[in-house]
Amino acid sequence: MPNFIMSYLGSTVTPGEAGNQFWALIYVLIIFAGVSLAVVAMNWFERKALAHFQIRLGPMRVGPHGLLQPIADALKLALKEDIIPAEADQFVFWFAPVIGLLAAFTVYIVIPFGPSQAVSDMNIGVLFMLGVSSLGVLGIVVAGWASNSHYPLIGALRSSAQMVSYEVAMGLAVVSAVLMTSFNDKGTGTLSMIGIVQAQQQQGIWFVFKFFPLGLVAFVNFVIAMIAETNRAPFDMAEAESELTAGYHTEYSGLRWSLFMLAEYAAMIAVSSIAVTLWLGGWLRPFPNLLHAPAWDFIFSLFPGLTFGALAAIAVIGVMRMPAHPYFKVQRIGLAVFAALLGFIALFLLVIAVGARFADATNLPEKLEALLRIFARFSEGIDYVYWFVLKVALFMYLFIWCRATWPRYRFDQLMRVGWKVLLPITLVVLILTAIVGVIVS
Amino acid sequence: MVPITTLHYLVVAAALFVLGVIGVLTRRNVVIVLMSIELILNAVNLNLVAFSRMWGKLDGQVFAIFIVVDAAAEAAVGLGILIAFFRNKETINVDEIDLLKW
Amino acid sequence: MIPGLNLALMAVFTTTTDPGMEPVATPFFFYLLSGLAILGGFLVITRRNPVHCALALILTLIAMAHLYLMLYAPFVAAVQIIVYAGGIMVLFLFVIMLVSIERASKDRRFNRFWPVGLAAACALMALFVSAFVKGRALFPDRMIAIPEGSNTQQVASMLYGEAGRMGQYTFAFEIASLLLLVAILGAVIMTKKKI
Repeated sequence: MPNFIMSYLGSTVTPGEAGNQFWALIYVLIIFAGVSLAVVAMNWFERKALAHFQIRLGPMRVGPHGLLQPIADALKLALKEDIIPAEADQFVFWFAPVIGLLAAFTVYIVIPFGPSQAVSDMNIGVLFMLGVSSLGVLGIVVAGWASNSHYPLIGALRSSAQMVSYEVAMGLAVVSAVLMTSFNDKGTGTLSMIGIVQAQQQQGIWFVFKFFPLGLVAFVNFVIAMIAETNRAPFDMAEAESELTAGYHTEYSGLRWSLFMLAEYAAMIAVSSIAVTLWLGGWLRPFPNLLHAPAWDFIFSLFPGLTFGALAAIAVIGVMRMPAHPYFKVQRIGLAVFAALLGFIALFLLVIAVGARFADATNLPEKLEALLRIFARFSEGIDYVYWFVLKVALFMYLFIWCRATWPRYRFDQLMRVGWKVLLPITLVVLILTAIVGVIVS
Repeated sequence: MVPITTLHYLVVAAALFVLGVIGVLTRRNVVIVLMSIELILNAVNLNLVAFSRMWGKLDGQVFAIFIVVDAAAEAAVGLGILIAFFRNKETINVDEIDLLKW
Repeated sequence: MIPGLNLALMAVFTTTTDPGMEPVATPFFFYLLSGLAILGGFLVITRRNPVHCALALILTLIAMAHLYLMLYAPFVAAVQIIVYAGGIMVLFLFVIMLVSIERASKDRRFNRFWPVGLAAACALMALFVSAFVKGRALFPDRMIAIPEGSNTQQVASMLYGEAGRMGQYTFAFEIASLLLLVAILGAVIMTKKKI
């Protein structure tokens, strides 16, 4: 058994391909914990960012600058009374959030955080991702039906009609990205997610910039379709409070409602990860082929530490700007502790990056050299995950930005955009990509 | 444990086929009859893919894809007919849908 | 002797596949998945509420997709989940919601002629059992290993053809797309209130 566990360390394939279930399970647990943490952070970030867009401050009281607000929200939801409508179908009412969560979390199996950091890199990764994310519609439809009341039913029907319509445009945009992987000297593309990022690395260009402006138009199509897929503004007709009293999750209260929110945010992060993998080069740092000297590698490997350092600096500035009043003592201490934590993480990452730079120096004591070699391996993995997470975080900001900026689409306008505008443009981009690719190569 | 052979898959497919046939012949709700037809088509698909694995060729899988496409078209048209009928007669009970023209 | 030959052939055919692709715990997963599929099928034909039947059918479809994965057909499994479970079942749920009035779920489950139907199905089952028992020699115990890595490429070359040549099923593929177009038109015309 320990041999089985240890046999995976030092491998260059994903645990699924190596057939190692233990490490696949570890990766799954890490992804689950990471996504839950990201959803919590996203909750806070959304409220603060929306507030700052609307020239107000957002939650400021619960923790320093509202940092403990999501925890307070989670506690409140967990302690609320669980109300089930009397005429509702009990089993289906219970099962609907489960379907939504399953569909949202299963997509993470194929999402690559690095060249071998995925749970399982299937040969049909893209198809798997499309299929499983289309199962999320079932959760919404069933939730609306099981609530046995007309507002949720109309909301569920509208929401699922919208999701099904934009799935078509999303699938075609994905097909045009997959088509771009086949413009190499072998002539065959690949459907595996790791293969798509490696094709971008090999062709030396992120697919969003390939055959300009075709890649860009396909990317924008995918972004619009993915905002509509996850029922986010400006496409959130189905769950808007002023229109339909919260749509399909009206009758859900407390922890069940939070499961729907968890599924929605997890689906947002999942489709953002897919957009990053397909168009923005996944785990690749900017200019991996162009700026290839070891000096550039070292500079780019300092970025994780510097980012956390910048966050720590922002927290320290926040501490210094807080009023020096006894009422704020606890918040100042809390924020200072948070700043110290971020600073320690920054220091740790910088040490790993610098240590990895000098990993192959020769005149060093034995133990230090072994330590530096471990640092080098970790530094690579950390870099991959860092660039991936940074790009996904930019997408999260884009989601919030879109919500703050644009008014809501009416339902018939929404369907018109999905079928009459987005689908023809995506088809034209696909055909033009194929034609241009054949002409160029 | 006896290794899993093609015959195991064929038995599973036959069981699903018979369940689908029972559903088509005995249920009262037209939507459930249509769902049982989908069950029959799935059993046939499993048969085809099992045989494709048995012979090592991919013809069975390609034909299975065609059957999935065909099932989609048939489900859409069948449900369209059902909705058109429901608008006229307000029932989805197989026993009550028994007139060709009135 | 036949079991020995069987085991030898299985050993040969499982070691010639990629070392990373060897199936793990095949009988356990087969019995689990086929049990789920048959349970789902049984629930489809016996539940009173059509939404429960639809959910049971989704369970069956996903179990069948996993069975296709065990049969080294990943593309068919992906098509099954995308089209069947993600498209057709959503359509079914939509229609159930539009059509299912309260009276329908309090009706009796089986129609007037259920003994006849059950007898016919039992006759069919007897036919299948006799076919399997008598024709056992037709299904050889070995299964030829299909390499999983290039499954999509091979299916695509059968459907679309290699560069400059038609595949075996290109014509059928075009007919299938025509069929889908006709189905779309038919469904739209059928459900319009005024033609």
